Amino acid sequence: MKLIFELSKPGRGNKVLTPYQTTLNLNPTAEVPAVEIPAAFRRSSAPRLPEVSENDLSRHYNALARRSFGVCDGFYPLGSCTMKYNPKINEVIANLFKFTDIHPLQPKHTVSGCQTVYALAEKYLCGITGMDAMTFQPAAGAHGEFTGILLIKAYHDSRGDYARKKVIVPDSAHGTNPATAAMCGYEVCSIPSTPDGMVDLDALRAAVGPDTAALMLTNPNTIGKIDKNILEITKIVHDAGGLCYYDGANLNAVMGVARPGDMGFDVCHLNLHKTFSTPHGGGGPGSGAVGCKNILKPFLPGSAIGGGGGEQSVGQVKMFFGNFLVVLRALAYLMTLGNSGVREAAQTAVLNANYMKAKMEEAGYVCAYPGICMHEFVLDLSQLKKETGVSALDVAKSMLDHGIHPPTMYFPLIVHEALMFEPTETESRETIDEACAVMAEILKTAKEDPEACHTAPHHTVIGRPDETKAARHPVVRYDFNS
Amino acid sequence: MSSYLCSTPEERQAMLEVLGMKSMDDLYVDVPEEVMIKGPLNLPAPKSELDIRRTMESLAEHNTRFHTILRGAGAERHYIPAAVSRITSNEIFVTAYTPYQAEVSQGVLQSIFEFQTMMCELTGMDVSNASVYDGGTAAAEAVAMCKERKRTKVLVSETTHPDALAVIKTYCYGSNTEVITVPAKDGVTDLEALKSLLGEDSACFYVQQPNFFGMLEDCDALGEAVHAAGAKYIMGVNPATLGVLKSPREYGADIAVGEAQPLGMPLSWGGPYLGFMTCTTAMMRKLPGRIVGETTDDKGERAFVLTMQAREQHIRREKASSNICSNQALCALTASVYLAEMGPAGLAEVGNQCYAKAHYLASELCKIEGVELVFPGEFFHEFVTTLPDTYRVLCALEKKGILGGLRLREGVLWCVTEYCTKADLDEAVAVIKEAYGK
Repeated sequence: MKLIFELSKPGRGNKVLTPYQTTLNLNPTAEVPAVEIPAAFRRSSAPRLPEVSENDLSRHYNALARRSFGVCDGFYPLGSCTMKYNPKINEVIANLFKFTDIHPLQPKHTVSGCQTVYALAEKYLCGITGMDAMTFQPAAGAHGEFTGILLIKAYHDSRGDYARKKVIVPDSAHGTNPATAAMCGYEVCSIPSTPDGMVDLDALRAAVGPDTAALMLTNPNTIGKIDKNILEITKIVHDAGGLCYYDGANLNAVMGVARPGDMGFDVCHLNLHKTFSTPHGGGGPGSGAVGCKNILKPFLPGSAIGGGGGEQSVGQVKMFFGNFLVVLRALAYLMTLGNSGVREAAQTAVLNANYMKAKMEEAGYVCAYPGICMHEFVLDLSQLKKETGVSALDVAKSMLDHGIHPPTMYFPLIVHEALMFEPTETESRETIDEACAVMAEILKTAKEDPEACHTAPHHTVIGRPDETKAARHPVVRYDFNS
Repeated sequence: MSSYLCSTPEERQAMLEVLGMKSMDDLYVDVPEEVMIKGPLNLPAPKSELDIRRTMESLAEHNTRFHTILRGAGAERHYIPAAVSRITSNEIFVTAYTPYQAEVSQGVLQSIFEFQTMMCELTGMDVSNASVYDGGTAAAEAVAMCKERKRTKVLVSETTHPDALAVIKTYCYGSNTEVITVPAKDGVTDLEALKSLLGEDSACFYVQQPNFFGMLEDCDALGEAVHAAGAKYIMGVNPATLGVLKSPREYGADIAVGEAQPLGMPLSWGGPYLGFMTCTTAMMRKLPGRIVGETTDDKGERAFVLTMQAREQHIRREKASSNICSNQALCALTASVYLAEMGPAGLAEVGNQCYAKAHYLASELCKIEGVELVFPGEFFHEFVTTLPDTYRVLCALEKKGILGGLRLREGVLWCVTEYCTKADLDEAVAVIKEAYGK
């Protein structure tokens, strides 16, 4: 399909008849006297933006949408990403002019509606997490991690405790955890997991000490299991003078059932774009709200120009107050679910995952870890690869031909040939049954005709792309001379 | 059904039976009893959709929507063409995830590739990433790209937006990096001060064009000084001005970043907005975030993929330069649609009108006794004036539905975009005159 630059024709599209005076289409009338911008500041040539008619524009983007895949297109069991249904009412609320057309630096008394949205969201989310205070400034999960670990750094610094240079991260962690610790100037101390995927208590005891700043943990963890020893884990860290950070990526399994605050965590981030139903938008915007206990509250960020941070504030992680419209959508969702719905959503997410896991085992797949899972589970395809040569990647690509978005591949790193499924609560039994039937068929194909799996997908708009070529000879913008 | 569940209670019971379980509680036997929530969750009862509409509409009513906004300072009301909001609210774009599976994500990937190209065109740079959270984080990430073993100190102009400066400082607190603020003189960066602060340990210098006070900096001279000291030159720019203003590349910048909210995003009380980052080919492998590249598929057809992932956290973990994964993809799509809809002539007209209307308001305001420009140099579409009795005048404007300029230590910072009509500006001036009893 053509790029928008290849549709462009000089003189097409938005026209400006007489600069400054009368305009057509999209620009308002200037009405004021023209003022020449001094030559020293003017650019020498116009940017080569597309010149297209609005009809061309509409068709171009609709064609792009058809070549994409959303939750609205089909089953999207992408592990750790919680691709649940994105309710329509949230979108309607987030488009109200009296929310969208509000300037961030309006006087306080003219934005009390926005402030109440944050106050309510904070109250409800503190109730769900067991935290005492919350900031909505972080824009995404990783940004929330960064903020949370900075709070911990500011806490230790405020006590003159500069010896704490290490952050402990299990080897099963999301890549963002060690990257976050490094961004905050910490040395990363990776500890192994036990064969059943839990934190190795002995390894943790050996790792903690007066140099421990924090432990970063996902619970349920990245293999979809709740760590039974969670209270012991947080105690070991606290006894050593460190603090405990809860990565909220997997909160969907336990919201309304158990709270990070009660597990001994001091600070957590939430992915409002996962757990609280706001859409992912092809990669963002999200919201990485951070909740903390009272001991960390004085360090919460504020806005230099808009206010909010206290004397001991760690500073600021984003302009103004965060992704407001995302928080607004999450609040609409919380109001819809209410006290009973939050728990019901979590339970059903866990039920769907366990049901799907059982069906997959029945179909002949091997789960990396036995027993009850939480909201997601991990398949280990190393045996299949050994027997047939068909890899986790081949299986994932085969799913594309069946209209199912593949699960997360090759994560967590502690499982080889991993496929991580998270069906979420907003899928029906039929959808899961059908997906499992597809998976059974792919398994059969893998054994009978492995080549068909190696060359999949066969029915998508492109075949497998050459990623090595893309990385070695980067072409990252359109070449107008081509 | 309040939780958007697809299965009926009977179906869920049947699924439990498949698992050999009696109740939902059996799913949580591994959760330690001590951490289980006892009793009801501290949340109100579920609300109906109509109740939520009413509640939210009533909250919205507690906000004031101004018919005229003369305040910017990092968030600007520009006209958003209808096509922009209609096209970008397509449910597929809205509900897709990061395009990990290229074969079913060509549309999202291509749209990002087109966005990258447009941002490169505006800034004159070679490479763009797929977006970051906002202009402030873009500046902070740019600073992080420049640190080298012996070049560790970061210089930032005092004329930077206070929030962007605070974000840079906070990121640098994390990475234990020293930030030096370069003082301003007459509302622009003091070139001599910059020269005296630059040294062999300087990693980079960041300046905003137009700066926080709306002033146009002498970015040629600043860039020369920075490069003479062997440091990297980062410019923060407003993309709405780049239809007419000199591009960062023409000023010799190594990295150009900025806040792209003016390209089709509503004010939204501060977010979601859009940070963009572009740079020269030489710095490409240090650029954080997602980058989409062109390649071919197994049949030799054009294809797009997420590329150069060896830079990123899921591969490099603690050695990654940034932890970013989610970005502002839908906002980047919005900016692309806006730019394609406006075209080069339309974007230039936005810049020209911002400039002309701001200068009109400035000249009308300065006709009022006691009101004058605080800084002597050239400004673009924001400017600082004195305004005697500021609070009372701003209140008078507010009563008429006009959001006046932002009160700063230096004076009042006004912002005018193409959105304002001449009548809007004349009305504001009349209200101010009336407040002074003239």
